[in-house]
Amino acid sequence: MQLSMKWLADYTDVSDITIKEYCDRMTMSGSKVEGYETLGEDVSGVICGKIVEIDRHPNAERLVICKVDVGAEAPIQIITAATNVFVGALVPVAIDGAHLCGDIKIKKSKLRGEPSDGMFCSIAELGLTLHDMPGAIEDGILILGDVGLGDIPLGADLKEALGLEDKVVEFEITSNRPDCLSVIGLARETAVTFGKELNVPTPKKPTPANDGDKIENYLSVSIKNTDKCYRYSARVVKNVKIAPSPLWLRMKLRASGVRPINNIVDITNYVMLEYGQPMHAFDYKCLDGSEINVRDAADGEKFVSLDSIDHTLDSSMLVIADHNKAVALAGVMGGENSEITDTTATVVFESATFHPGNVRVSAKKLGMRTESSARFEKGLDSENTMPALDRACELVELLGAGEIVDGTIDVYPTKKEKVELPLDADVINAFLGVNLTQEYMADVMKKLEFEVSDDLKTITVPSFRDDVRCMNDVAEEVLRIYGYDEIQSTMSASATPTLGARTERQNFDNKIHDMLVGMGMNEIETFSFISPSWYDKIRLAADDWRRNCVVISNPLGEDTSVMRTTTLPSMLNVLAYNFNMKNTDVKLFDISRVYIPTTQGELPNEPARLTLGFIGKDGFYKMKGYIEAILNIAGATDVTFKACSTEPTFHPGRCAEVYAGDKKIALFGEAHPEVSETYGIAGGVYLAEIETDNLYDCRRADITYTQIPKHPAVERDFSFVCDEDVEAASIAAVIKSASKMVANVKLFDIYRGPQIGESKKSMSYAVMLRAADRTLTDVEADEAVRAILSSLETKLGIKLR
Amino acid sequence: MRETLEKIKSEALLALSAPDAQIEELRIKYLGKKGELTAVLRGMGKLTPEERPVIGQLANDVRAEIEAKIEELSSAAKAKELENKLKSEKLDVTIPGEKTEIGHFHPLALVQRQLEDIFLGMGYSIVDGPEVELDYYNFQALNIPKDHPARDTQDTFYITENILLRSQTSPVQARVMEKTQPPIKIISPGRVYRSDAVDATHSPLFHQLEGLVIDKGITMGDLKGALEMFAKRMFGESTQIRFRPHHFPFTEPSAEVDVSCFLCGGKGCRFCKGEGWIEILGAGMVHPNVLRNCGIDPEVYSGFAFGLGVERIALLKYHIDDMRLLYENDVRFLNQF
Repeated sequence: MQLSMKWLADYTDVSDITIKEYCDRMTMSGSKVEGYETLGEDVSGVICGKIVEIDRHPNAERLVICKVDVGAEAPIQIITAATNVFVGALVPVAIDGAHLCGDIKIKKSKLRGEPSDGMFCSIAELGLTLHDMPGAIEDGILILGDVGLGDIPLGADLKEALGLEDKVVEFEITSNRPDCLSVIGLARETAVTFGKELNVPTPKKPTPANDGDKIENYLSVSIKNTDKCYRYSARVVKNVKIAPSPLWLRMKLRASGVRPINNIVDITNYVMLEYGQPMHAFDYKCLDGSEINVRDAADGEKFVSLDSIDHTLDSSMLVIADHNKAVALAGVMGGENSEITDTTATVVFESATFHPGNVRVSAKKLGMRTESSARFEKGLDSENTMPALDRACELVELLGAGEIVDGTIDVYPTKKEKVELPLDADVINAFLGVNLTQEYMADVMKKLEFEVSDDLKTITVPSFRDDVRCMNDVAEEVLRIYGYDEIQSTMSASATPTLGARTERQNFDNKIHDMLVGMGMNEIETFSFISPSWYDKIRLAADDWRRNCVVISNPLGEDTSVMRTTTLPSMLNVLAYNFNMKNTDVKLFDISRVYIPTTQGELPNEPARLTLGFIGKDGFYKMKGYIEAILNIAGATDVTFKACSTEPTFHPGRCAEVYAGDKKIALFGEAHPEVSETYGIAGGVYLAEIETDNLYDCRRADITYTQIPKHPAVERDFSFVCDEDVEAASIAAVIKSASKMVANVKLFDIYRGPQIGESKKSMSYAVMLRAADRTLTDVEADEAVRAILSSLETKLGIKLR
Repeated sequence: MRETLEKIKSEALLALSAPDAQIEELRIKYLGKKGELTAVLRGMGKLTPEERPVIGQLANDVRAEIEAKIEELSSAAKAKELENKLKSEKLDVTIPGEKTEIGHFHPLALVQRQLEDIFLGMGYSIVDGPEVELDYYNFQALNIPKDHPARDTQDTFYITENILLRSQTSPVQARVMEKTQPPIKIISPGRVYRSDAVDATHSPLFHQLEGLVIDKGITMGDLKGALEMFAKRMFGESTQIRFRPHHFPFTEPSAEVDVSCFLCGGKGCRFCKGEGWIEILGAGMVHPNVLRNCGIDPEVYSGFAFGLGVERIALLKYHIDDMRLLYENDVRFLNQF
């Protein structure tokens, strides 16, 4: 809402307050100021002059020399190239030292050898448009007589005479205060904030010609859907003379950001700005059947709005219709078929209220949010339609724009009921933590135009304050005038003490999180939504379960249109980004969620995911080492790594599933070369997706100490030759199960070479043997070794090298 | 014999005192099995029983004296040797250390952890909620019915008519209140979603932290006290806060909360755009309709709620001028935290 300070001055006087202080204090009392603008700031030194003589320029064919009377003793000389000047014309003259719009500075100068004391101005140089100055021309000098300003005294400052100067304050009005989307509403807030008088005159009742003519001769109004239209008030104006509005009115509209059109349309806009009640004017001759029906649109009904845009309506929308057709979309915009034109002779003024939600949804569906709909969707005061209508008629008479036909049509099926609320200082003080008297609170409420009962204990809410419905609302009214900053800070002294502590799961997550950073990985943040095409990029089959995702019905774009079921593409994107930025040795982790659909209409599951991604020097076994460390910190036991050749995103020979017992904890490995290629990453890409919820389930919750071995161990080393596809884990498992003396098995070397043979490898193990209760003898150790060797031979067919 | 002993002693001591004395050789020469002193002692048998103890004593004294001298000299030599060894082992401490890789928390995680720790210290616990949420919890329970204009200010991603991506962390409030009777004292950090295209100050996904306190006798002064303590912990002890009246459907009275600019202290600078204040959160007293919707009697209990943007705090705290950096994850950016 743009508030003209000149307009505000019609109702309350804040001339003793600086604009800065005005803005600050209005913000602190609840009307948030976004900023202010000083109109006419760019223009100075422009006065009214009359051209008394025009001569040809001796040295330039296109220039003329004008003698101009600016009310001084002698005329001044202005050289111009303009062709619309003539002797006797009253024109704006920018004299030496003047400033004009577009950062133009005027100085005395010589043009082709002849002195010029200044410059004549066009409307653009004064910061005006053709809408502000109807009758002017765009590409020439403003002839003041053309725009009805032929009576300005010579030498008068034009900025003042045209009323170009104003200060405009931009308010951000919250959705609960539609009453403040008006000059009067803001004047009320201003008066209370600064302790000033508020003087809003009641509009004069119109004085119709005593010719026996009455509104019933013209019009009937019927509300077909009273759920969506609460009140419809109308008046008729006849003998309308469409003309530009007077300058003062145009300047107020201009300062409020509204384009002047013509007197009738300007009056509707003026009243909307002043009273906060959107109005509409119909050309009476376009209303078939002399009737207005407020009804639901038909599904598929066609409607062309004022701005010449075709719309197709549906039955949820409310229209204002005549006997045959819709002439306005209720509360949003009028129709082209009944708009005010230069030939309009009779006008119907509409002042109505509609269901806020319905206006909002209709405007949104049709993509036509207007000044009108923006007000209606917040809920307007039905008691305001008549004052607004009276004000419009008052302006019609003031402007001489037509004659008011006697009578009003006012359909108001359910009169708004008054709301009474208790005003209890004790309750409010206890709630806010302040200490104010009943009298103070009553006084504030009175200034805000609440009626206060004699005992000060009950207030009646004014009709324009539907936002005040309970104690909290009243408390806020009191507080914002008293000052939010006056509240003293307290520390919930009376509240029950609570323990601020992380849950076991939160501590677990933080421990892993800290450890990942400690291990040398960088944490990333990625979006939860991805493009469905990213599943192609990670080679998921058409029927892969992960393609079934939560789909956003109104996404910003394809790339953010589905909720991810795997974090791998997000990680790959970040790795690719870094690779392209020449960050080629990168280890990353991401802690986030995936979103797995459940039953239709139910919320999805959102399991937690820990994702690792490496490019550069570290490969498969480094990543495996990290995963082992994570499992170790978590305390997972019975961990197995199983080769996995079926995950499409991964290299079929370099991918493993990780289990703790029978719970799957992770999937990791080298990305499939086609995936790396798709993402444009040269060299190996290593990925892990860890199911944090399962990891947590496998945690070691309680730690019990195990005794440190008392007796020394015996270490024996072996080297075996075996087939390439024998897994290390199965050899270790056989060794471990061969003898209960085996305390630890460590693979320390793998050798491949011509001596070993093709598709063979040599595996070297250090095996630690120990008994808990004694030092092993050589005989016992040898016996254990024999058992190991025989087990390996029988179970795996491998022999000592 | 006495003379011989005295002579051995003085010769030995003299020899040992020479600057280039070969200590081990001299020890053997005088004290060894075939040494001079041993030779003398072997002749002890020839002495009279009266002389034997006297000469024996003398011989022992001489031996002790020579041994002491040898000990003194050899420990000095050892020290010298060690000194030389240490000298030769000197390292250039300015040569770079063997590299230990360290990782870095994402700036959002750092800020979130700090926020959590502040509120944990004030007795709050941390609660989580779903990101794909029911319209009911995101809006309706929070006093924002279907056609409420406030829905326009938070352009929401919908899945179905009744399921959406939460546009705020407030639905967690409603879920907690529904399940728990007061006292309630929680924060809820997490991802939220709004239909804003990515630019320097907007992102369709960002993080909020919501706070909620419900108990008997909670006042707006308590809200101010809590936020003041938070602001001082987060931005420094001298930080002031300012409440500006505002409107949120789920709180009444509502406020936007500014902190004094932590660069200029409130005088006004480029950072705070000359205002002296920086807006960081929204807050208010929980609306009685919200309490009622969640099964809590507003006649008995009152409470406050607040919400802040984690990205906003991170941008302010680390002077990051473009929000996109947070989601690009360039390691040259991440390595700075």
